[in-house]
Amino acid sequence: MGKRLSIVVALVLAPSLAACGSNGGSDDPPAGNVASPPSERSSFPVTVEGTSGQVTIDDRPERIVSLSPTATEDLFAIGAGEQVIAVDDQSNFPPEAPATELSGFEPNVEAIAGFEPDLVVFATDPGDLGSSLEGLGITALQLDAAPTLEVAYEQIEQLGLATGHADEARALVDDMRSEIEGLVNAADPAPGTSFYYELDDTLYSVTSETFIGQLFEMLGLENIADEVGTGSGGYPQLSAEYILASDPDLIFLADTKCCGQSLETVSRRPGWHELSAVTGGDVVPLNDDVASRWGPRIVDLLGRIAKAADSAEANAA
Amino acid sequence: MTDQDAADRRVSAGTRATVLGVAVLVVAVLVGVLVGPVRIGAANVLRWLVSFGDAPQGMSEQQALILADLRLPRVVVAGLVGASLAASGAAYQAVFRNPLADPYLLGAAAGAGLGATIAVAYGPSDATELTVPVSAFVGALVGVGLAYGLGRSTLGGRSTASLVLAGVAVASFLTAVQTFLQQQRSETLRQVYTWILGRLGTTGWDDVRLALPSVVLALGTMWAVRRLLDVIEVGDVEARSLGLHVARLRLVVVIAASLATAAAVAVAGLIGFVGLIIPHTVRLMVGGSYRSVLPLSMLFGASFLILVDTLARTVVAPAEIPIGVITAFVGAPFFIAVLRRNRRAA
Repeated sequence: MGKRLSIVVALVLAPSLAACGSNGGSDDPPAGNVASPPSERSSFPVTVEGTSGQVTIDDRPERIVSLSPTATEDLFAIGAGEQVIAVDDQSNFPPEAPATELSGFEPNVEAIAGFEPDLVVFATDPGDLGSSLEGLGITALQLDAAPTLEVAYEQIEQLGLATGHADEARALVDDMRSEIEGLVNAADPAPGTSFYYELDDTLYSVTSETFIGQLFEMLGLENIADEVGTGSGGYPQLSAEYILASDPDLIFLADTKCCGQSLETVSRRPGWHELSAVTGGDVVPLNDDVASRWGPRIVDLLGRIAKAADSAEANAA
Repeated sequence: MTDQDAADRRVSAGTRATVLGVAVLVVAVLVGVLVGPVRIGAANVLRWLVSFGDAPQGMSEQQALILADLRLPRVVVAGLVGASLAASGAAYQAVFRNPLADPYLLGAAAGAGLGATIAVAYGPSDATELTVPVSAFVGALVGVGLAYGLGRSTLGGRSTASLVLAGVAVASFLTAVQTFLQQQRSETLRQVYTWILGRLGTTGWDDVRLALPSVVLALGTMWAVRRLLDVIEVGDVEARSLGLHVARLRLVVVIAASLATAAAVAVAGLIGFVGLIIPHTVRLMVGGSYRSVLPLSMLFGASFLILVDTLARTVVAPAEIPIGVITAFVGAPFFIAVLRRNRRAA
């Protein structure tokens, strides 16, 4: 009974507290300091920085709903997995994540509220998901697609703060930083090693402006889609002629799951059997999911790209 | 002026328009083959063309490959699709006596969309380049079949209005099913969406092989009955009094136009505007007789889409613009210009 009452009180109070937090009063402790006390349990309430502003979390959340596959991966990687009670239908990693029918694309507020969450993490807000949840007294934290690695790190750290796993989050980010640094330092592709990155089988690609494009740029690879220039929003649909004429050294397929693409299917496309990446076996299948998220597994993705770049060089030599 | 003079003038206007139509098509094909995101010397391309695909000296193997496997099939498919949509639009406008009728009137687009969605969501994922067009083709025919059957039987009408209403109902229903399936499989959303926006970007000879038989059969049928369309447009009663079996003719035309539309949708996705704008432009040029309107719609429809597709792959090269975006963007102002010029001339 007492517990129930406190939930009711929390539900009633949460919006007003959140409102206080977002006013950014000068006596609010800065977010960075909040997590520094050694005992993490005592660190609540905390104020974390979401995409759509600051969010105050009163108690360590124990019933988290994640509507973002990236946030799901982040939460489990920082040890907050046990606090997660439901994830959306696209959150397929890690396998132990409690998958549900909830949709992150077409979120149903009533269905989400039915899980009685104390924290909802989501990436895209198709309308007024955040405000609807807040209206029900449910704390909602938006962590939109990260435009850069730094933002991806920041999101992991904010999730750490929000769930009482700040230290683990910081450790994870440190690991990711050093591993990525190691990969980048070790990478030494021949100057001008070019690649084509395929998002789907209608030849949509990414430029170096995008999150995924930056990873390739860090390794010193040349993106044939950059020829398009800005103004394509970073995701241009390339001309088949242009891909043939560019004859990239490497082809990365981020449409192996969505569209079933493989070395075999691309070599059946008109003219593609002549591409040197196809004849030389430098068509690299990637996991679409990992390549479209900005979670901890980007380290593996970067490793795979770096390895492919190395072997392409070996083939060329 | 005697009637004979008027008739002569119409004929010569029609002949002139036909000559113009053929000339424009030849120019459009040349432009389509010569211009692309990859620059290949015009002289070399022309030499390559007249030698039927023998790469002349100075043309790299890769350039020959681009011409033979990418550019040429794309021009051919754009021509077939443009001719199909424009002729189907003209034929629909005749048999439904409705100037706003377009090839997607009877649920062909919604049926094709549903077919493509089913293929993407539930078909084998490594063969979508074949399953999606075939399934879209079947879906378009099923959509029109449903609309036609429903309009004839349930709504009981022999009138064109009941057919059009049935088309609206069937289209809404099929679109609802498609949206539901897409929600169930939200990971397929983007693939279906890019397909709907038009997919000439990955066209090859496979698409020509897929579309050509239906297009030839359908356009041939429409061509054969083009004189009867003039009669049917006057009115069912009048046409019957002239000994024409109206319902049967309408069915034949609907089947032919749907076949052409289904083939076009299957290889190119949904391309709006062509079926509406081209026939009306042709009418403004040569008058309302389907003897001229139908063949000229084919010629100008083919030329229009070839040129628009050339824009689609060159304007933001090396990126592409979905062709359906350009048909409306270029087509609408063009049509208004034709209308204005015509009003001033009149």
